[in-house]
Amino acid sequence: MIKLPGFLRGRHGGPLGILILAAVLLVAMPALLDLYRLNLAGRYLTYAFVAVGLVLCWGYGGILSLGQGIFFGVGGYAMAMFLKLEASDPESTRIQTTPGIPDFMDWNRITELPWFWVPFESLAFTLVAVLVLPAAFAFVIGYAMFKRRVSGVYFAIITQALAVVLTILIVGQQGYTGGINGITDLRTLKGWDIRDESAQYLFYYLNAVLLIGCVLLGRWVLNGKYGRILTALRDREDRVRFSGYDVADFKIFIFCLAAFMSGIGGAMFTLQVGFMSPSFVGIVPSIEFVIFAAVGGRLSLLGGVYGALLVSYAKTLFAEAYPQLWQVMIGTVFILVVLVLPYGLASVYQRYGKRVLSRLKGSRRAPPPPPSSLPQDSATEGRR
Amino acid sequence: MSSNTDFLLAIEDLTVSFDGFKAIEGLSFYMDKNELRVVIGPNGAGKTTLLDLICGKTRATEGSIKFKGKELTRMSEHRIVWEGVGRKFQNPSIYEGLTVFDNLEASYPRGRGVFGALAFKRDEEVVERIRQVAREIQLDDKLEQEAGLLSHGQKQWLEIGMLLIQDPELLLLDEPVAGMSLSERLETAQLLKTIAKGRSVVVIEHDMAFVKSLGGKVTVLHQGKILAEGAMEALQQDRRVIDVYLGH
Repeated sequence: MIKLPGFLRGRHGGPLGILILAAVLLVAMPALLDLYRLNLAGRYLTYAFVAVGLVLCWGYGGILSLGQGIFFGVGGYAMAMFLKLEASDPESTRIQTTPGIPDFMDWNRITELPWFWVPFESLAFTLVAVLVLPAAFAFVIGYAMFKRRVSGVYFAIITQALAVVLTILIVGQQGYTGGINGITDLRTLKGWDIRDESAQYLFYYLNAVLLIGCVLLGRWVLNGKYGRILTALRDREDRVRFSGYDVADFKIFIFCLAAFMSGIGGAMFTLQVGFMSPSFVGIVPSIEFVIFAAVGGRLSLLGGVYGALLVSYAKTLFAEAYPQLWQVMIGTVFILVVLVLPYGLASVYQRYGKRVLSRLKGSRRAPPPPPSSLPQDSATEGRR
Repeated sequence: MSSNTDFLLAIEDLTVSFDGFKAIEGLSFYMDKNELRVVIGPNGAGKTTLLDLICGKTRATEGSIKFKGKELTRMSEHRIVWEGVGRKFQNPSIYEGLTVFDNLEASYPRGRGVFGALAFKRDEEVVERIRQVAREIQLDDKLEQEAGLLSHGQKQWLEIGMLLIQDPELLLLDEPVAGMSLSERLETAQLLKTIAKGRSVVVIEHDMAFVKSLGGKVTVLHQGKILAEGAMEALQQDRRVIDVYLGH
């Protein structure tokens, strides 16, 4: 059984961390970055939704999913389908054989809008789909696996396989999904140009607020009895089961919650970037999401956000200069984090950052407590 | 055979085989309400398997286990707990990273579903009940301590406390004094006698002095079958029991 220092056990008490995050996302970044860079940051922050979800289900629940791209993709594709239909009105597609359907369908000699595309003409349906579909997918997967007590490596492999299956399905069904290119050329939302400056700013802020909301939701879930049972079942599943809990239900819920968050991230990605493609669904993005959570700290919701930002930014920097080396580098970083910093950047902050902060405040009354007393003082804070 | 419903627990013709090896074979076992029963027997006799079968950890190949007239052999583990069966494992099985208080709260029989747990509030009733159980297991001054820092004996008591908080009608204890010091054993014997008031308890034990101090009826298991049953004093004179277990 892993014995954790108290600060890593989910009672990240005070509001300080959230306030700093809000200041960074809502004030510092918009002030310091030009629109292009801000849009890039907004894109990285959509990955942070997935990372926060992984902190919950992997860090606290012990469920390693290597298929979070599925849920990011489902949310993203749902939004993209709506936007694509709006961009494909009969007027702007009049040169097609069948006007009024998405261009890639026309290229694939489809002459009628497929039935599963029809509901996405409604914005209300689309928004509900973004919020519900990823969790519904997760429910089906989770129910099938956790009720049969599939866990650990087997679960990870199966989720990874499902991510591949979904990618192959999307790529293979070009006429229905846009294939390898994805759904591109998205322009307006209810007649409002999503590519202009004001829309980009608005989406950035909306994205940041939703992300902070997800972190708060995650905190609320972890701080109650549910959170303690979740951590308990990660370490002693049998004791939890024989204390009268249906372990599978608890796992299904956290897996669905993670998927729910990932789906919001995917939809925000589509809105900010203007397209969705299978390259955000398969194995590589799914593993990158796990790396974000690991680097940030898999037991820290805030760490997940910073991990997603930092690693994605590094990827942009290095992948442009050395595209061949990037995969090797990210792999090395991952191995180093697992070996040297199993609780990621969050543990560095907890060890050193707090000391620096308390010095800055000039308070001498709060020397860093000896490691053995950490559990107690955090155990009393942040309960409900 | 008399009606099952007279007994709290009625096990009949129970068999479980692992790849042909019969760990329990044709076993019948009955317990009354408020009875304290000790199960002894050599290693591999099927003692732990018997408890595993009652609580649903292992599934029976044949036979039936009726608890308050309800069949347990096909019930899921958490439902069996809801019916009122509590199981303590051989090695202390507690949540070492949580405090003693949190450990007890994690077993509190409210908020057992996902949404119940999300909505769970730590109210006066919960705190009072936890303090009461903590007093019973003598950990009331250690509520805020991390459970991993407790002594081995205290961990065993904590796990017993985690079961008590659910107020089970049948308590299954697998070697509760294993690894304990002599004084801890005496205290545990006292604790078990208190606990046994108002509920039935099955204890698996190897320590004959401890078994005697508990009193109550003793069942001797051997090769998956019941060899003998009765008071400890009588069993100590029983030829078969001496041969397979007690020794000369």
